[in-house]
Amino acid sequence: MFPGIPMLNYDVVVIGGGPAGMAAAVRAKELGLNVLLLDENDYLGGILPQCIHPGFGLHYFREELTGPEFAARLAKRLVELGVEYRTAARVMEIRNYSDLEKVVIFTSPSGAYQAWAKAIIYAAGARERHAFEIGIVGDRVAGVYTAGEAQTLMDIYGVMPGREVVIVGSGDVGLIMARRFALEGAKVKAVVELMPYPGGLARNVMILRDFDIPLYLSHKVVEVRGRGRVEKVKVVKVDENLNEIPGSEFWIEADTLIISAGLVPSVKKLTAIGVEIDPSTGGPVVNDRLETSVPGVFVAGNALLINDLVDYVAEQGELAAEGAKEFIENGGIGSRKWIRVEKGENVRLLAPHRLSGERDVYLYLRVARPMEDVELRIPEVGKRVKLSLATPAEMLRVKLKAEEIRNSEKLTVEVVRE
Amino acid sequence: MTKTYRFTCIVCPLGCSIEVRIEDGKVVGVTGHTCPRGKEWAVEEATNPKRVIMSVVPVEGGALPTVSVKTADPVPKELIPELMKFLMELKLEAPVEIGEVVAEWNGIKIVATRGA
Repeated sequence: MFPGIPMLNYDVVVIGGGPAGMAAAVRAKELGLNVLLLDENDYLGGILPQCIHPGFGLHYFREELTGPEFAARLAKRLVELGVEYRTAARVMEIRNYSDLEKVVIFTSPSGAYQAWAKAIIYAAGARERHAFEIGIVGDRVAGVYTAGEAQTLMDIYGVMPGREVVIVGSGDVGLIMARRFALEGAKVKAVVELMPYPGGLARNVMILRDFDIPLYLSHKVVEVRGRGRVEKVKVVKVDENLNEIPGSEFWIEADTLIISAGLVPSVKKLTAIGVEIDPSTGGPVVNDRLETSVPGVFVAGNALLINDLVDYVAEQGELAAEGAKEFIENGGIGSRKWIRVEKGENVRLLAPHRLSGERDVYLYLRVARPMEDVELRIPEVGKRVKLSLATPAEMLRVKLKAEEIRNSEKLTVEVVRE
Repeated sequence: MTKTYRFTCIVCPLGCSIEVRIEDGKVVGVTGHTCPRGKEWAVEEATNPKRVIMSVVPVEGGALPTVSVKTADPVPKELIPELMKFLMELKLEAPVEIGEVVAEWNGIKIVATRGA
């Protein structure tokens, strides 16, 4: 108890008002739970309101939407259902007193609160990797942004971050920002990719051709120089082991450097209460209800693992809400035994990690390297799924039926040649 | 004059490598596709590429300083710079409803994708 801080009571507190959190809150409310949604931004939607390009919602809404449209649909359902939510609410701390007694301490424009709940759904998303994290050295100058920062400036505030741009990373986010800069009249001088292949989906790689943007594969940006503002960046070629090749350096003149070097699940508030983390996803170890190693704490969306489709993020939110319902009703998520899921050949990461075998489940996974004409196999149960192409850029999602896996001790997932 | 275009098809996740050969402005050969939809897409991509375009437009009196917009239909690629110029001069006033047609350009509707 925290004397002097107003106390609120809920069945579930959802942390994060992006697609995972909104879908979770909507589902929890539909299931009859008393729910509070918290988000630290001034508006709901997470990063979606700034993702103004189309390509969202084909699975979840069976319609192609832009990010803001996807967010608006979920927000509308949230409001129609009367879900209680607070924006500009910053979570200071989570405490776990017992399985059915948890407290979320948060501040908001109207003061600090302690929200008590039986279950927590953590959907705080991910953070972007920044320049120092990928070993870029040099001057501390203006004009270095992560892709998301540049996107917020352009597509929320209408401010152009720069005119001559170098982008680090050819994943979907980097390519989409290359297009935004090019459309708005900036010169995108290069997209620099460490790996020997582009990191994004084919539809986004096409952007480079649309705007005649040079792509440097097997290259990295190592240094940024300028007085006050970025003036030039140093690029170097790397060999197949990603080691820099001496003498291959060259400079590109630019006033802006955009870092799009991947996302990392935000899990600090979870590790603080002892949630076990999977080093390969960067997110928590979870069971098939997306419950973490701390009973009654669920996780969904990019805080669980980095997704490439918002549809899966929303799906995970709903699943976590169903988990919370079961947890509250039965005082825990039960299973006669847990089936371990392990990474086999060419699988870089996967979730969930423990399956009950009592319900159908989606496995989400990414491969380690691109391969054509492969099969996803789970030898223990003789499961085989043919895939014409598997690349690290694209998350694979596979449905396992309860009756397929029920009698297994352990499942090994591998992606191998036919 | 023969010109060959190579595309990675984006119609479905298969990602076929499709080649389209064009002679004197006419399609003379398409190879690499595995379905009719892919063939159709590649031919269109080689002869008349179009894109749905998105941007943001400043808005007075809204919760955020901009409203995001998209074209209701795909725009021929060579007209994109002209469209962007048009959008850069646009200014809106709140209230703007999501889905509202906020402007029209050469018969193409500009639709708000965020409210304000």
